[in-house]
Amino acid sequence: MKIIIAGLGKVGNTLARQLAAENDYDLTVVDRNAQVLQTVVENYDVLGVQGNCAAMTTLVDAGVKDANLLIAVTDADEMNLLCCVTAHSLNPRIHTIARIRNPEYSDQVYKMRDLLALSMSVNPEKQAAIEIERLLKYPGFLKREPFAKGRMEIVELRVEPGSKLCNVALNNLVDAVNCKVLVCAVTRGGECIMPSGNFVLREGDKIFVTSESNNLTRLLKNLGIITRKVNRVLICGGGRVSYYLSQLLLKSGIQVQIIENNPERCLMLAEQLPEADIIQGDASSQALLESEGLFSCDALVSLTGLDELNVIIALYGSRHGVPQIITKVGHLEPNGILDTLPVGSLVCPKELCSNGIVRYVRAMRNQTGAAITTHRIAGGRAEALEFRVDENTRHRGEPLKSLKIKPNILLVSINHASHVELPNGDSCYQTGDGVVIVTNGSETIYQLNDIFA
Amino acid sequence: MNYRMIGRISAKILAVEAVFMIPALLISVGYHEFAAALAFAKAMLCIALASAVLYFVGRKSCRGFYAREGLICVGLIWIIMSLLGCLPFYFSGEIPHFIDAFFEIVSGFTTTGASILPEVEKLSHGILYWRSFSHWIGGMGVLVFLLAISGRGEQGGYTLHLLRAESPGPDVGKMLPRMKQTAITLYVIYIVLTVLNTVFLLVGGMPLFDSVCTAFGTAGTGGFGIKNDSIAGYSPYLQNVCTVFMLLFGVNFNCYYLLLIGNLRSVLKDEEVRLYFGIVFGSIALIAWNIRHMYATIEETLRHAAFQVATIITTTGYATTDFDLWPSFSKAILLVLMAVGACAGSTGGGIKCARVLLLFKSLRRNIHKVLDPRKVQVVRINNRPVSEVVLENTNAYLAAYASILVFSFLVLSIDGFTTTTNFTAVLSCFNNIGPGLEAVGPTCNYASFSVLSKLVLIMDMLAGRLEIFPILVLFSRSTWRKK
Repeated sequence: MKIIIAGLGKVGNTLARQLAAENDYDLTVVDRNAQVLQTVVENYDVLGVQGNCAAMTTLVDAGVKDANLLIAVTDADEMNLLCCVTAHSLNPRIHTIARIRNPEYSDQVYKMRDLLALSMSVNPEKQAAIEIERLLKYPGFLKREPFAKGRMEIVELRVEPGSKLCNVALNNLVDAVNCKVLVCAVTRGGECIMPSGNFVLREGDKIFVTSESNNLTRLLKNLGIITRKVNRVLICGGGRVSYYLSQLLLKSGIQVQIIENNPERCLMLAEQLPEADIIQGDASSQALLESEGLFSCDALVSLTGLDELNVIIALYGSRHGVPQIITKVGHLEPNGILDTLPVGSLVCPKELCSNGIVRYVRAMRNQTGAAITTHRIAGGRAEALEFRVDENTRHRGEPLKSLKIKPNILLVSINHASHVELPNGDSCYQTGDGVVIVTNGSETIYQLNDIFA
Repeated sequence: MNYRMIGRISAKILAVEAVFMIPALLISVGYHEFAAALAFAKAMLCIALASAVLYFVGRKSCRGFYAREGLICVGLIWIIMSLLGCLPFYFSGEIPHFIDAFFEIVSGFTTTGASILPEVEKLSHGILYWRSFSHWIGGMGVLVFLLAISGRGEQGGYTLHLLRAESPGPDVGKMLPRMKQTAITLYVIYIVLTVLNTVFLLVGGMPLFDSVCTAFGTAGTGGFGIKNDSIAGYSPYLQNVCTVFMLLFGVNFNCYYLLLIGNLRSVLKDEEVRLYFGIVFGSIALIAWNIRHMYATIEETLRHAAFQVATIITTTGYATTDFDLWPSFSKAILLVLMAVGACAGSTGGGIKCARVLLLFKSLRRNIHKVLDPRKVQVVRINNRPVSEVVLENTNAYLAAYASILVFSFLVLSIDGFTTTTNFTAVLSCFNNIGPGLEAVGPTCNYASFSVLSKLVLIMDMLAGRLEIFPILVLFSRSTWRKK
C-alpha cells in the first residue's frame, strides 16, 4: 500500500515512525523544509520529497497517481484541505485524511466532506479533549482503551501503597477484587512485563486490566477506590484542548475554571464559554493555583503549551492531594521517564491522533485480515490489537489450552456476538468473533494467524 | 559508537563474501586446479570463523546507528572484506606476498584494475574468476547487496547512511520509498546489463569463461583482464561491444530506472548524461584526429580512440593498445578524463560528471557574484535548485581529493620513479582506473613499488571507491573518541 504523508510536524513525525515500523507500506513524506525532511528520511525507511504539498507538481513527484492514501497533517488547515482536494483531482481513487484543528471549520468539514473529497478528518486537540473527558468520568483509571465498539476495555491502574492489589499473585486476583478481570500487562520501573499467573503485584506497578465495560464501576468499588463524581475541574492553560474539553464538561454540568495567561485569549474564551470561570494569570504561580481553589477541586488538568510546566503543575497538585490529575504532554517519547512520577494520567494529542490514523490505515487493509482496532499501551511498549475471526483463521473452535501461542503474546478477550468472554484454557473462538490480543511488540502481528508459534 | 551493530553488519557482509566464493571454488574444482580449490576452501573457513566471531560480538546489538556509524561501518567493512578476500591469492601461492595479494584484491573490490601481476595468463581459472568477480561485487557495492537481501524489520532509516556512504555521487537518495526495493532495483538493473553484456560477447565468439570474466570487469568498471594483453587480442567486434558496455555502465543507474518506468524524456534531458556523452564524443574526436597517422584505417583509429576514451572515463582500465605511445595531447586528454570519471550513481569512479557540473556552475555563479556582489543566484541542475549544502560538500570533496592526491604523490616519489609514473599511478589508483603512463602504463604493472607505496595506493583506491570520507574519517581522532 502506498501512503503519502504531507507535513512533518509532531503528528507527521509520529505517523512516519509508527507506519515505517510496521514495515508494510511504501511511505513517501512531503515537507517544505529540507532540514526536517532530511531528519525523517535518515531516521525511518521512507522516501522524501521537498516542496509545497498542495502543489500539483510536488504531489506528482511524490507519486500521488498510484498512491492509496494521502495524510495531510501540515500546521495549516486550509493547506491540508487544498492538499486533499488537489490529490483527489489527480487520482480520484485515493483516500484522504486531513487534520482540521480550527473549531470554526469542524462542522462544515463534515458537511462538505464529499465536496472536499475527505475520507476522514482528524483533530488531535478534540480527540485529546474527548479522551480527558472519558478519564474524568471514571476517576481512578489512568487510561481507558475501548474495544469491540466499547463493550470491552483495557484500563490502566496504578497500584497505590496500601491498595488491595499489593502483594497479590495474579492467580488470586479474582478473589481479591471479587469480579472477573484479566491483567494483560504490567509496567514496573520502566519495563513492560507480560505477566504469568505466578506474578506478584507490588506497589508502584502500573497494571493494564481487561474487563467488560459494565464491570468497571464494580471493579473500582471492590478495589476501594472512591469514585467521587467530579464536580469541579481546574484547567491550566487555555488552548484548543481546554476549549473543547470545557465545552464537553460544561455540557454535562461540571464546573470549569480555566487559568490562562494571555489576556486576549482569556477574552476570547470568555466570549465562547460563558459558563466557565476564566482567570487571567500565570498557572506556574502556586499562590494563584491555591487561591483559585486547588485544594478543593476534584480534578486538575494541566494543558499549557509547555510540557515541563504541565508536569510541574501536576506534581504540585499531587503533592496537595488533588484526587485526579491529568497531564498533557506534546512530545511524549516512549522512554518511561514520566512513568515514575506521580503525574496522574498522561494524554498525548499527537499519539492519539496518529493512533487514529494508523487504525484507519489498518482498516484499509482489513480485507486481508489486519487488525481492526489497535491501541498502544504502557507508553508505547505494548500493543493491544483486535482481530476479527474469519474463515482463514486457524484453530477455530479449539480450546485455547491446546494451542501453541508465541511467547509474549496474550489473548485477553473473545468478543462473541452476545457477550464478551475473558478467556481461560477452555475458551474457544468461532468465525465472526472478535479477538483481542496484547503483545509487547517484539514481533509485529499483522494477522491473527501470526500469533501461533 | 555502536561497535556491536557494526560487528553484526560486518558479520553478515563476511557471510555474503564467503558465499560469493563458492562459484570460484566450483570452477577451480571443475578445471582440476586442486591447489586453488584448497586455497578457496581455507579462505572460506577463515571468513566463516571471522564472521562467527563478529556475529558473537554483535549478538546483543542495540539501537543507535547514525551517520557516524554508517561512515565508519562502510570504511571498516571494505578493509576487513579486502583483508579476508585476498586469502585465496595468498593461500594458493599464486601471489606469494601478502601485501601484493592485498593490493590485488583491493584493486578488484574498488574496481580499479591495477595489478601487480606481470603475467595473468599463468593464474589458475578459479583465481582469475575470483579476481574478475571481485570487480562485480565491488562495482555496485556489497552493502547495497546486503540491503537487497536482508529481511524486513531489520531496516530502519539508518540504512540510508550505508547507501550514501557506498554509492558514488554528490547527492545520493532513494529511487523508491523502501530501501530494500531500491537496492533490489539497482541489482536487477546491474544483473540484467551484465547478462546482456555476456551474451553479446558470446555472440562474437568469445569463450564462455572469458566472456563472463570480461563482463564482470566491464560491469564493475574494474578492468582486470584475463589475458596479458587485456582486450587487444580479441576481434574488433568484441572490442566495440566492450566500448559500448563500458559507457553504459558509466551512466547513472537512476536513468535505467527512469527508462524502465518509461520516462525517456527526463533521461534525454538529464544534464549529467548530456555532459557525460558530450565529453566522451568530444574526446574521441580530438584523440582520433591527433592519432590519425598512427593506424592504417579510419576504422582502426576510431575504434582505438573510442575504446581508450571509454575505458578511461568510466575508470575501467582495459586496453586494446598501448596509449603510452600516443602523442602527448592525447595522453593529456586521457589524464583529464581520469580525473573526471563517470556519472554519479554508476559503478565508475573519479570525481564524477555530476560534481564537475556542479563545480563549473558554482564557479560561474561566483564569477557573477564578483561582478555583481548583491546578486542572489541559485545553482540549478536539471532545472532544480541545488542546495548550498550539496555545493559545500562538493567543494569539501574537491579539497580532500586534491590533498590526498598531493600527499600520495609525495610518498610515492620516495621510490625514485619518474614524476609522470608517480603522478599517474596515484591518479589512476585514486580514480579507480588501473593503468597510468610510463612505468605503470597499460602494458606494465605496479609490482615494482615499495610496500609503503603499495599501502598508500591501497588507501587511495579505497578512498576513491568510497568517495573519500568513509576512509578519511578512520584517520580522524574525533572518530575514535569516546562519546
